[in-house]
Amino acid sequence: MIKVENLTKRYAGQSAIKDLNFEVGQGEIMGFLGPNGAGKTTTMRILAGFMPPTSGRATIAGFDVFSQSLQARARLGYMPENVPLYNDMRVNEYLVYRAALKSVPSRRVAERVGDVKELCGLKEVEKQLIGTLSKGYRQRVGLADALLHEPDLLILDEPTIGLDPNQIRQVRELIKNLGKQHTILLSTHILPEVEMTCGRVIIIHKGRIEACDTPDNLLGKIRQAGGVVVEAKTASDNGAEELKKIPGVRNVMTAVDGEWKIFSLRVESGLDVREQIFRLATDRHWAVRELTQRRATLEDVFVELTHPDLV
Amino acid sequence: MHKFYTLLVREVRSYFHSPIAYVVLIFFLLVAGVDFYFQVSFMNQRQVQYTVQEAFFNSVFFWFAFVLIFPLITMRLFAEEFKLGTIEPLMTAPVRDWQVVLGKFFGALVFYLVLWIPTLLYFAIFLRITHEPAAHSVGAYLGSYLMLLLLGMFYLSIGCLTSVLTKNQIIAAVISFCTITLLFFLGLVQYILLDVSSATRDLLGYFSAIEHMVTFSRGVIDTRPIVFYVSMTIVLLILTHQAFQSRKWRL
Repeated sequence: MIKVENLTKRYAGQSAIKDLNFEVGQGEIMGFLGPNGAGKTTTMRILAGFMPPTSGRATIAGFDVFSQSLQARARLGYMPENVPLYNDMRVNEYLVYRAALKSVPSRRVAERVGDVKELCGLKEVEKQLIGTLSKGYRQRVGLADALLHEPDLLILDEPTIGLDPNQIRQVRELIKNLGKQHTILLSTHILPEVEMTCGRVIIIHKGRIEACDTPDNLLGKIRQAGGVVVEAKTASDNGAEELKKIPGVRNVMTAVDGEWKIFSLRVESGLDVREQIFRLATDRHWAVRELTQRRATLEDVFVELTHPDLV
Repeated sequence: MHKFYTLLVREVRSYFHSPIAYVVLIFFLLVAGVDFYFQVSFMNQRQVQYTVQEAFFNSVFFWFAFVLIFPLITMRLFAEEFKLGTIEPLMTAPVRDWQVVLGKFFGALVFYLVLWIPTLLYFAIFLRITHEPAAHSVGAYLGSYLMLLLLGMFYLSIGCLTSVLTKNQIIAAVISFCTITLLFFLGLVQYILLDVSSATRDLLGYFSAIEHMVTFSRGVIDTRPIVFYVSMTIVLLILTHQAFQSRKWRL
């Protein structure tokens, strides 16, 4: 659906993105992650035909986003960051206007506008001025607009930014459902959301792609995949010394809480050392009040790839 | 064509959604009304060689209000979209740049023409009260309003060009106001500089909106100003289109 080859964009001598290469297949939900200023919005704007790349090319459904911009634009629904809207229009009026701009046949406009209002929960505000809507509703108007012409591809730039947890949950459900019929490229900072919705993830940093894989594979790849937390009373033993001897344990950090010691273990990926820890504790007659495996999250992957100092 | 129409309708509606439209309308009708009243009372007191209609379209009041309305009408056209960022959803919809440019230009033109509709009433009221027509002939009315249309197209296209160059409405308004005022005064230079050749004077005469209005309000339809204003409008709209396209490379 999307094919990006050597895409580069330079502003005033600085590269916003450098030699991006990736593909998004039909029906895929692709997450697009990266720190602020990594080039996510730039890439999305180029794909949406809002600005041309400095070099390289990108196609949408086989149409070049620059030389066949109109055909490409007709096939995508784009929701820009912060959703700029005409504040002086009413929700209904805006959607009807957008439908006409997007070549929805006039006999289908009412039906399509009704459908997207239903889908995005805009029924109760349909007669309100857009300027009076809350952030959450503005976001939904933007999403409804992107869906109006039933595009094959949705490009959503931070669709959940500034929403409260309930609204984030609603939007996430909505995106999941949309993924059944549409190809979706979405950028976000909310990583658990990506783990839940996206089939594949691109992590971009300083204009380059650092990783492009399924969330599970990404988690498997990182160095410090997981860890174990143990809280124990070790009597006269040091505790850390003994734990370090278990195969697969990289290092142990100790904190003290009264007579309890809290050990945080870094473990090689794919290993579960909890059984060995249990045996060690029984052999040594330690009292254990917690033994937990901490799963690595996409957040760990993100931080490791984009800001290794923080790991 | 359908998309152009959609854009045009939105543009016209957005004038009436914003307070600017009503402020301009009230201000403009106030000045035009005072102008009409003064002309009529002036003519009541002495013998003159012209009609009420000619006096109305050629007075200082009229020109004062006239040059002021164009920056007010056009300043928001593009600048506001750039400022609010609404240009992004607009230009990522499958519309062509020229459709947007023409939609905005004709939207402004429609609003400008709406401004003039109430002035037709003045002449109707005058006829009803005095039982005398305000002009010699129907042609004089047609000529006046045709010149209003031509001047409107020209000055509005200047406003379009200045609005597309900036995202600041005030800057757009100042540049278009100065440009329109300078062009307007260019036509007056022939009365000020007496030591220039008659060829230069004739050349400057081509720019003289005042002179064109004098001719047309008598009902004399001269094709030279028509060609001048229409072709200048087209040139300015082409420049607007070029400047609008260049935004992609400036981002």
